[in-house]
Amino acid sequence: MNLKPLFTPRTMAVCGVSLKNEAHPANVIFNKNNLRYPIETYALNPKGGTFQREPLYPDFSAIPEHIDLAVIATRAEAVETVLADCLKNKVGAAVVVSAGFAEIGNHRLQERITSMALEASFPIIGPNCLGIHRPARFDTLFLPSERLVRPEKGNLAFISQSGGVLVDQMLKFAGQGIGLSAGVSIGNKAVVREIDLLAYFDRDPSTRVMAFYIEGFAENEGRHFVQAAQACKKPVVVMKSGKSPGGSKAASSHTASMAGDYFVFKEVMQQHSIAVAKDEHELGAFCESLSNFETQIEGRVGIVTVSGGHGVVAVDTCTEHGLQVPVLSKATREAILPRLNPSIRDIASLDNPVDLTGSSFDSDFVAVTDILSRSPEVDAILILLLPYSPGISTDISAKLSHIHQREGKPMVAYLPKDEKYRIILEGFELYNIPVSPSIEGSVLMLEALRRCKKC
Amino acid sequence: MLNAQGKKIMAQGKSRGWIMEPEAKTLLRIFNFAVPAFLWTGKLQEAEAFAAEQGFPLAMKIVSSTIVHKSEAGGVVLGIDGLEGLREHFERFRAFEGFEGVLLEEMVRGSAEVIIGSKTDLQFGPVVLLGIGGTGVEIYNDAVLRMAPLTSADARSMIESLKGKALLTGFRGSTGINIAYLQQMLIRFSNLVMELDDIESIDLNPVICSSERAVIADARFILQSE
Repeated sequence: MNLKPLFTPRTMAVCGVSLKNEAHPANVIFNKNNLRYPIETYALNPKGGTFQREPLYPDFSAIPEHIDLAVIATRAEAVETVLADCLKNKVGAAVVVSAGFAEIGNHRLQERITSMALEASFPIIGPNCLGIHRPARFDTLFLPSERLVRPEKGNLAFISQSGGVLVDQMLKFAGQGIGLSAGVSIGNKAVVREIDLLAYFDRDPSTRVMAFYIEGFAENEGRHFVQAAQACKKPVVVMKSGKSPGGSKAASSHTASMAGDYFVFKEVMQQHSIAVAKDEHELGAFCESLSNFETQIEGRVGIVTVSGGHGVVAVDTCTEHGLQVPVLSKATREAILPRLNPSIRDIASLDNPVDLTGSSFDSDFVAVTDILSRSPEVDAILILLLPYSPGISTDISAKLSHIHQREGKPMVAYLPKDEKYRIILEGFELYNIPVSPSIEGSVLMLEALRRCKKC
Repeated sequence: MLNAQGKKIMAQGKSRGWIMEPEAKTLLRIFNFAVPAFLWTGKLQEAEAFAAEQGFPLAMKIVSSTIVHKSEAGGVVLGIDGLEGLREHFERFRAFEGFEGVLLEEMVRGSAEVIIGSKTDLQFGPVVLLGIGGTGVEIYNDAVLRMAPLTSADARSMIESLKGKALLTGFRGSTGINIAYLQQMLIRFSNLVMELDDIESIDLNPVICSSERAVIADARFILQSE
């Protein structure tokens, strides 16, 4: 099955555009794409006519050019007819937004669509989905543009069984500065399923990390998914709902009682080098980190701070997440000391965390980060940046970024969240140093690099 | 490979929904897993002859097609140390519902007990579980799980990932168990669960581990209902 027309269409036809209902999903989809995205968009309605001074085409054969992607937002009962028309006119792929299939027990109708598509090797996303959002390319989400918060174009492909989770997560990704290569809501996944998208995005040059929100797999589908994910070149992150043991079915054995669904899911995913995010915080941190770094770490963290308290909290959090904070060797400490400003040489603590104190300057941060970036004693650096100290300038993040760019060792930063510090934040993000407004978040970013064997 | 005897046990188990312990042990023995020396009998003289040959202490368990959970039913006695006890418990077990004899076994010694289990998961197929075992298995709830079949790296990481791994590797001067043996056993067990059809879940609990080997002291096979 060729998924290219789904994700890189040049032309798109929206089926079901209404002349009466301006809020109809098809109208919203047509409006947000037509003349707003670099995709040729056509509106279809069997009745024909004109819509917003554009022709309404009665069927695919009436459209003057070949259609790569059909977006079908008609009533469920009409979908079969539209699909037959797609196949007849050699349309490349379809997103079926319409609801009213297996999710309400209408299995027969869905099965007919599935077999039609599989027989013709015709890729369908959906039904009962929001479909595909590709920043700067096109958008089949039937939610008005002005209502959505959209992330920038980036290298994360996020695939969600739930449309609601996709849209909500898009807002959160945008807030965290995580860019998307694609956001896909797969709904009932009648034809194209997680495993097909895994294969597609593993080869997609604009994607570096794949993340999935999974509600459940069909029989044995999980087995095939983890085997395929392990064979992928790119890191895979998953988040699963349904963690609570549903329906207390009395288990007949100890093994069955201990091996609940979520436990099995989590253990098997981790066995196959897939990073399991337990909630949206972990999902965001893992995705941000993995979309910036390609280096796997053992987890020996060098911490640089101006606050002893933050240093201790960071050590605790690292330990909790299976990361080490090794004491620096005498040689490393002796290399650091002469490069510090004389005023802090007697008060700084150089063990690890390296506590430069509130009297430190940018140049002290630069010196320590430079040495740690080249020392084999640590394989990742955590910067705890408290921008309150008088000696710390707004240039600090750009200066540290340059070191990261030169040395390549994974570096993450904690920076308190406030509009006031935005310039520091941007200095980090410009050179791909992920930043978190919480110490735990920054530690999770490092944990992702330790957990995911394929960075 | 499953021989004729093994196939028969599986077929009988299928109609009952589970496999009784002596048959499970026979099945495990076919696949070269270590089980205690045992005798399944309904005759007291045979039990006494086994005791004379094997020596005390012995364990005695009820064999009944209606009792899946033997301990809960009062159908397990450990450490029987003489003929008097043997006779007393034999007579007591005879009155159990669905009595099909008793299982008489040597008492196996070891320094740690683990549970090795498997389950056929709907989404992932056969999976293998390893946990700190014994009667408190669900209280400790210290278990790890991998999809079968296991690689040697999987088996190694399973033992490594247990919170209570020091109970196995040894602590405060105590000698650890034979880790290499346990790893091999996990791999062989994962191959077994890949080969057998119709398994819903298996408990090998406890598996008694020593510095030499690991012996399956109790086994329960639950089969998928038709």
